[in-house]
This record gives sequence, C-alpha cells and structure tokens, in this order.
Amino acid sequence: MLHIENLHVSIDGKSILTGIDLDVKAGEVHAIMGPNGSGKSTLAQVLAGREGYVVTAGSVRYLGHDLLALEPEQRARAGVFLAFQYPLEIPGVANVQLLRAALNNLRRARGENELDAMDFLDTVKSKLALLGMDDSFLYRAVNEGFSGGEKKRNEILQMAVLEPRLAILDETDSGLDIDALKTVAHGVNALKHPERAVILVTHYQRLLNYIVPDHVHVLAGGRIVRSGDARLALELEDKGYGWLAPDVQGNVQGDVQGDVPMEAPREGRL
Amino acid sequence: MAYPETRNAEVERRVADEYRWGFVTDIEQETVPKGLNEDVIRLISAKKHEPEFMLDWRLRAYRHWLTLTEPTWSSVHHPPIDYQDIHYYSAPKTRAQPKDLSEVDPELLRTYEKLGIPLQEREALAGVAVDAVFDSVSVATTFKDKLESLGIIFCSFSEAVQKYPELVRHYLGSVVPYTDNYFATLNSAVFTDGSFVYVPKGVRCPMELSTYFRINAKNSGQFERTLIIADEGAYVSYLEGCTAPMRDENQLHAAVVELIALTDARIKYSTVQNWYPGDAEGRGGIYNFVTKRGECRGDRAHISWTQVETGSAITWKYPSCILRGDDSVGEFYSVALTNHRQQADTGTKMIHIGRNTRSSIVSKGISAGFGSNAYRGLVKVLPSAANARNHTQCDSLLMSDHCAAHTFPYIEVKHPSARVEHEATTSKIGDDQLFYLRSRGLSEEDAVNLIVNGFCKEVFKELPMEFAVEAQKLLAVSLEGAIG
Ligand SMILES: Nc1ncnc2c1ncn2[C@@H]1O[C@H](COP(=O)(O)OP(=O)(O)OP(=O)(O)O)[C@@H](O)[C@H]1O
Ligand SMILES: [Mg+2]
Repeated sequence: MLHIENLHVSIDGKSILTGIDLDVKAGEVHAIMGPNGSGKSTLAQVLAGREGYVVTAGSVRYLGHDLLALEPEQRARAGVFLAFQYPLEIPGVANVQLLRAALNNLRRARGENELDAMDFLDTVKSKLALLGMDDSFLYRAVNEGFSGGEKKRNEILQMAVLEPRLAILDETDSGLDIDALKTVAHGVNALKHPERAVILVTHYQRLLNYIVPDHVHVLAGGRIVRSGDARLALELEDKGYGWLAPDVQGNVQGDVQGDVPMEAPREGRL
Repeated sequence: MAYPETRNAEVERRVADEYRWGFVTDIEQETVPKGLNEDVIRLISAKKHEPEFMLDWRLRAYRHWLTLTEPTWSSVHHPPIDYQDIHYYSAPKTRAQPKDLSEVDPELLRTYEKLGIPLQEREALAGVAVDAVFDSVSVATTFKDKLESLGIIFCSFSEAVQKYPELVRHYLGSVVPYTDNYFATLNSAVFTDGSFVYVPKGVRCPMELSTYFRINAKNSGQFERTLIIADEGAYVSYLEGCTAPMRDENQLHAAVVELIALTDARIKYSTVQNWYPGDAEGRGGIYNFVTKRGECRGDRAHISWTQVETGSAITWKYPSCILRGDDSVGEFYSVALTNHRQQADTGTKMIHIGRNTRSSIVSKGISAGFGSNAYRGLVKVLPSAANARNHTQCDSLLMSDHCAAHTFPYIEVKHPSARVEHEATTSKIGDDQLFYLRSRGLSEEDAVNLIVNGFCKEVFKELPMEFAVEAQKLLAVSLEGAIG
C-alpha cells in the first residue's frame, strides 16, 4: 500500500531524513518510535504533503500513485489521513462545518453523493458515540480553547468520520489520560480493516498494549535503525535507545521513557 | 507548489469572471449634461416636481458646498475628482413614472433578474420587499400593498417627497445636516432618489425591506438619499445591496443614509456593498464616499449597522450612532475586504449623550493583494452620558505580504463613570492552518474561505439568513486567487 524508498528530506537546507525505507501493506499496523528530534513528525508531514519540506532523493508510492506528486488535498482524497502532533486552531469555524466540508469533499472525490445535513449528522453522531464523545464537541470552534487531550481526541473524531485508507497518527497518545488513551485505541481498532493500514508514531509502549502493531521501527538520526515486531517496543521500554547504535546517542535529547513535555515548546510557533 | 500550470490556469479562469455583475444594460437614458451649477440643481428638482422647500434646501446645500474643500484626513488616495465631469442626473427613459411592475421597462427587469433580485412579487419567496434604484431613479417597489395595510411607508424618496412632504421636511437632514461634510453636502444638493421608510408607532415590520442600487450609465454619479424613521416602539430591518458595471473610468458614489429611532424603537440596517472594485491594476471602480448615521432619539432606542464591504475602488464610510436617548444602544458590525488595489477607510462613530448608553463595535478587516484597509473609529462620551459603556473589537486578517491594515481608534471621554474598552488583533492567514485543512481534503480555496468565514463569523451572524449566504459567496468571489 505504502512503499517508501531511500527518502531524503531537508528543511531550510538542513537535512532531516537521510534515507528512509519503509513498506506498509494493507491490513498492517506499524509503530514508529525514536528519540525527540529524530524526524518522525517530518516523515509524517512529508507523507501528508507539507510545503517547505524538500524531498532531495527517494520516492514514495501509495496505492499505485506517486504520492509526492500529489497536493495535500489530493492525498487526503486518496485516503491519506494525518492526525497532527499539534492540531491547529481554526477560530470561528465549528467542528461540524469542517467535518462536513471534509467528508463531502472526500465523497465527491470517490464519486459518491454528498451527504445532506441530516444524514451527515447521523453519521457524525454515530462516530461520537463510538468514541464516547459529547455532541457539544461538534459546535465548538475547531480546536479553539481545547485542552491538549481534547485536541487529540478531535483528531481521532476526524479520522473516524473520514475513514482513511492510510491513517498516520503522530503522537496522538501523548498527553492523554488513561480513558482518552483507550478512546484513541478504540478509534484506531474500529478502523482496522484488511484494506487499511495505520502508522502510529509514539513514544510509549502503553498505547501498544491496546493497539498491537505488526511492526515496530526505530527512527533515529533521520533513518530507520531497527525494525522488529511488537517485542521491540518492550525492549525499548526497558533499555532506551542508546544500545541501538552509537550514533543514535547524539539525538537523544532527554529520557524518552520519562515525561516528555506533551505540548512541546514548538507549539508556540503554530 | 507542485502544479504551477494548473494553478495558473485556475487563477486565470477566476480573474476572468471576477466581477460577474459587470454587465451594462442597453437602455435609453435621459441624461442631464455634465457639470454642476444652480441650473442643474433646479433642473433635477423640476424633473422631480419637488415642492419649494426641497429646492431651497438643495440650493443652500450647493452654496455651502462651494465653500468647502475635499477632506484629506483619511488614508485613501485617488487622483483629483473633476466634479464638472459628472452627469448629475441620468434616468432610464420611460413614458411616465411606472405605477406597477407591468409598466417597468422589461429590459430593466431583466437586469435585476441577472442581479438575482426578486423584483417580481411572485418570485419574492423570501418575503423581502425590494425597492430598486437604477442610476438615479427608483424603479419599482414590491409588496407595497401589504406594507400599506400596516401603515408602513416604503417607497422611493421622490415619491415620499410628493406624498408625505411633512414627514420628509421634518426628518430630512435632522441627523446628517446639509452642512455635515463635503460629500454629504454635495449629496444634499444633487441627490436624485433613494428609499424612504416610515414605520408607525408600535408596528413591527413583518418582512425585510430591501433596496438595490445599480449604477449603469457612463460618467454618471450616483447620489442617493435614504431616510428611515422608526416611530415609538417600532421595528424594522433594512437591507441594502449595490452593484455597478465594469468601466475604465472611476465613478463617484456619494450617498447619505439617515436613521431615526424614537423611544423603544429598533432599526437594523444591513449592507452588502459590492460596487465594481476596479481591475487588478486599479483601473476603474467606484469611489464610494458615503455618510451613514443613525440617531437613537428616544430612550431605549436601538440602532445596529451591519456591513459587508467587498467592492469599490475606494470605500470611505463610517456608519455612526448618536445615542441621545437614555439607555439607548448602538452597534456596528463590519467586514471590509480589500483585494488588488482597493482601499477602504471605514469604521464608525458612537456618540454617547444619554445616560446608560451602550455601544459595541466589531470590525473585521481583510486585506489581500495590494489592498489597504483602515479601521477608523470614534467613541465619544459627553458629560451628560453617565455610565456609558463601549466595547470595541478590531481584528485584521492579512492574506499577502503586500497588503496593509491600520487601526485608528479615537476615544474622547468626558464622564468619569464611562467604561470604554478597545481590543485589536492582527493575524496573517497561516500556512499551517491552510495545510491542516487541505490535509482534510479541502481545496486551497475552500480552506481560505473557511478560515475567512470563521474570522467574520461574529459579523455574519448579525445578517439576515439570505444575506449572510450572499455575503459569504461574495467574500469567496472577492478572494479568489488571493493566496499564493
Ligand atoms: N520548520 C523547521 N525548520 C527547521 N528545522 C526543523 C523544522 N521542523 C523540524 N525541524 C527539525 O527537524 C528535526 C526533526 O524534527 P521532527 O519534528 O521530525 O522530530 P520528531 O522525531 O517528531 O520529534 P518529537 O519526538 O519531539 O516529536 C528536528 O531537529 C527539528 O528541529
Ligand atoms: Mg514529532
């Protein structure tokens, strides 16, 4: 479904990803772990089509498309969804407005009818119920004044409504209380399907107790330095990243097992 | 961007249908020769069979105007206007004043159809009564009978002068005197038509009243005059829409609107202004110099102005409230958008005279392209206005690196109990926000529109439903190609 080959990416002339190879098949769940600043979000954003992230080498195929040639909205319409590490606020725009615009855009792209207001509300409310979320969520402005955890849940709501083929969750589990974590896991598990795939970027083994990955990869210094099955995550929990490769050390900017600030300082930039 | 070719084609397509109201109606016009002098004014007055008092008023205004010079304090720039190079009267030639729709020139009706104005009563499903002003004269007013049965007067200004001279004489110039300012004075001398509304005591007008202004003739100025009176306890909601054909030359528009709300009365005045803004290089477009003012003349009166300004090359406009009655309320909600070379200097004045008077101001400025957008607002609390309250919220959204936004708040407080608050923000439409929305499958245009609509929400929610939808569409059209 997704085939990444030798992907090199630089931002402002600084090289961030230095040769990523990754193969994700339909029906699989992949976890990507790795120290802060190792390039996990960069990879996620490049897959979603973020401007300013320059691909200097390599290729990404997705369902037969050259993914990198598509605009962000075309990728979304082809079924790619990114749950942001730092979801954006859109003042004055109700959640329900965005959800409806997004869903109808995707339906049009798939050659389906747009949903009318009633059918749309039914769809959305069933998803809210699935995630144990309150209806009032719909009428609040997108992420405006949301707590960190609410923002993450809102990403999962969007994912549940849009039903992507390839869902990429960038640290959606960070900053969540245990109930919210279960909600997220529930949302992802409900989406699981032989025709779909999920990439989870996470720092915590915790999430992987609820969503069992088929593959676990360690991203460090802009490359995948180790891949394994679910046991690799447990091993990392135990030993940290230092043992993987000496050059990885330089990227470890703190104890990953400890409490990484959930809303890292980069939030301010948004 | 990955697809420059597609994007350019897209932009070109949009530029091509940028101003879709830019057509000219081919209709025979009766036009007074260019230029301004007392004879022209006498001619206008005679054409309209005006009583003596009107002509006197016009002439006094004209003589006063001769002593004035154009104001220079605003932030707008334009080449000098040659006031002798304008036709001050231009009217579609018809046999006589139409009595009902069947007598209106079908070509005119087609024009209004193109504009989407439901002039035919049977089409007016929304229940909006419409008075349409084409160049200088009012063409037809719908729903007359229904309104008359409630004692509501809604007619062209000329008709009001004929039929209700006492009302006109009593209220005309009582909020905006003919000496008020350069453009209002000019308007007082040469205004040709406009709308008149009177809602009697205790009557709640059951439908929106609406006027559409259309400039058609070349080199003609449009000077309309609107007078709305809500008697004690009355309520009326009034909508104003405007369009003009595309021309290379700039056309002058200098209107005056006066609102009078007596005790416990409420007037809601909404404008969606879409005069031709000129082309991308700034050629052509309407110069819109408008004086709009309402007076809460009785206690607990309430006036609210809502405006969505997307058109005109220049917008110079400050809908204001004089809060004379105790406990009276003034509101101003504004969205002003400037794209390309458009300039807007707009805002409001809230003059607190009575006790416990309250005013609130919400101004949303959107600048794109090389547009320049200024908010200019005065909040004045006189010594008589104990416990006056004002809250001002002024937000600017920048869409490009070449546009400009300015805020000029003036606050004069002469009573110690007053509480005046001013908040201002400026933000640039964020690449991060756009990316977020696009990653959900929205096109860049849809993403921009959603963000802009969210930005304007506090103002749009003040508009009547159909108007809010129209305003959103207008913003979308005006912003096409504004990003990237
Ligand atoms: N816009 C940018 N300009 C310059 N450098 C950037 C930019 N975005 C990311 N970087 C740098 O790229 C590197 C990788 O960042 P990225 O966000 O991908 O890390 P991450 O693995 O997601 O980290 P975390 O676990 O903290 O979320 C970091 O050194 C970061 O500072
Ligand atoms: Mg990250």
